[in-house]
Amino acid sequence: MASWIIGFVLLLLKMAVVLGVLLLLAAYLVWAERKLLARFQVRYGPNRAGKFGLLQPIADGIKMITKEDLMPDGADRFIFLLAPAVVAFTALLMFAVVPFGEEITLFGQNVPMVISDLNVGLLFIIALSSLGVYGVALGGWASNSKYSLLGGIRGAAQMISYELSLGLSLIPIVMIAGSLSLVDIVKAQQNVWFIFVQPVSFVIFLISAMAESKRIPFDIPEAENELGAGYHMEYSGMRFGLFFIGEYVHMQVLGALTAVFFLGGWQGPFLPAPVWLLIKIVMVALVMIWIRGTLPRLRYDQLMAIGWKVLVPAALINIVITGAVILII
Amino acid sequence: MSSAIEALKALAEGFGTTFKHLGRKPITEQYPEYKRPLPERTRARIVLTCDPGGDERCVACFLCSAACPVSCISMEAAERKKDGRRYAGWFRINFGRCIFCGLCEEACPTSAIQLTPDFEICKRDVLSMVYEKEDLQVNHGGKDREYNFYRYAGVVTLVRGKGEHVKETEPVNIRSNMP
Ligand code: SF4
Ligand code: SF4
Repeated sequence: MASWIIGFVLLLLKMAVVLGVLLLLAAYLVWAERKLLARFQVRYGPNRAGKFGLLQPIADGIKMITKEDLMPDGADRFIFLLAPAVVAFTALLMFAVVPFGEEITLFGQNVPMVISDLNVGLLFIIALSSLGVYGVALGGWASNSKYSLLGGIRGAAQMISYELSLGLSLIPIVMIAGSLSLVDIVKAQQNVWFIFVQPVSFVIFLISAMAESKRIPFDIPEAENELGAGYHMEYSGMRFGLFFIGEYVHMQVLGALTAVFFLGGWQGPFLPAPVWLLIKIVMVALVMIWIRGTLPRLRYDQLMAIGWKVLVPAALINIVITGAVILII
Repeated sequence: MSSAIEALKALAEGFGTTFKHLGRKPITEQYPEYKRPLPERTRARIVLTCDPGGDERCVACFLCSAACPVSCISMEAAERKKDGRRYAGWFRINFGRCIFCGLCEEACPTSAIQLTPDFEICKRDVLSMVYEKEDLQVNHGGKDREYNFYRYAGVVTLVRGKGEHVKETEPVNIRSNMP
């Protein structure tokens, strides 16, 4: 009985820590992104709130909470309220299966350093990432605005072009690791990171993941200069904030997944495991910011063409070659 | 194949460019700390200037108010007892409406109304954007220091009669001017 309670408390503790770190990091990713984008464009970026603008995320938070929460006339009330929550919720939930360290022993209990080591962790993540698009599509539809609707439609269209290659790019990983559990996948990279074994998969995964996070160059559903702000155009205040948090948590999730699938997850010398994971997440996020600062937005049909004509065939060929090599060895 | 290589080269170039920018000093001017010196003819806050003698220039001719596209100038004309000069009894510009187009300055025959480069006139209370004559009148000639309307224009006042203005010839004697 007692051990059950300790286990439960530890689980809650883990969730609280992960959630806290995620949200804090999301806030400061926004700051880092604004700062870096500014430097890419030879500007300063936020530098008024606190030293180097470090208090900017807090100021933004206060602003968003105190803003009026508007709902357009004729919006579908229930779905309109639900959509931002779906986006933030699925993004946060994906982190449940991301491992951030070896099992440790605490209070005579084996504590796995992951909130839940699902044996279908990879499927769980792909499922949730597809669910996240519902937030976009429904939010765009429920707003009763043509721009939002176009954004939502584009979100759905974008999903069908990257989802497939996202899934296919991970199959070689699963074939090598022999497991769908993220913990096992990390452990399979003890000797060599998968990025060196599967560079093609890595590139396909990164491109699909960027499309999934709906950031430039794949921010087709938002497309500020065509659609206003796309699917979240009618949202204000904290509801918009949820979309925003969702996007940045998503960035971290993708960073974490890239780390887990290709960069050896929590493994690294000297520093404790969670710190290594954090470093890798931040590195991937910084690269994503760099990409955002450099590339222009793709057109709707260009994304489709890349997804279906390049990424999917490449991923399929990659699977076949990987399978052949595994058979031979 | 060659197009793929070209695309990769273009990508690398783009990423290189943005990366190099990281090391550059931002060109942003940090506004409240650094105020860029503005050209003298920048159009912002309006003043009413004085002629070299120290008299106010405005003769309340209403031309600026007529030229103003947003009708934000209003005034009342008055006449000075001691020399017959006209002046504005009161003069009011509503900066809440002024678009700083400068048409008033162009219309003014006396160079009285002038725009200055001082653009920092944001206020929280919209009524405090209405400037009265006391707020507008300055004691210098602005951009046109030498001009004195009454010395040039042939307007008769108690100070100068007919033919006494600068570059003005004596009035023609209509009786000696018979054909
Ligand atoms: S600058 Fe233009 S808008 Fe302003 S007072 Fe003069 S004429 Fe009117
Ligand atoms: S400011 Fe100039 S244009 Fe306006 S009333 Fe005075 S003299 Fe006339």
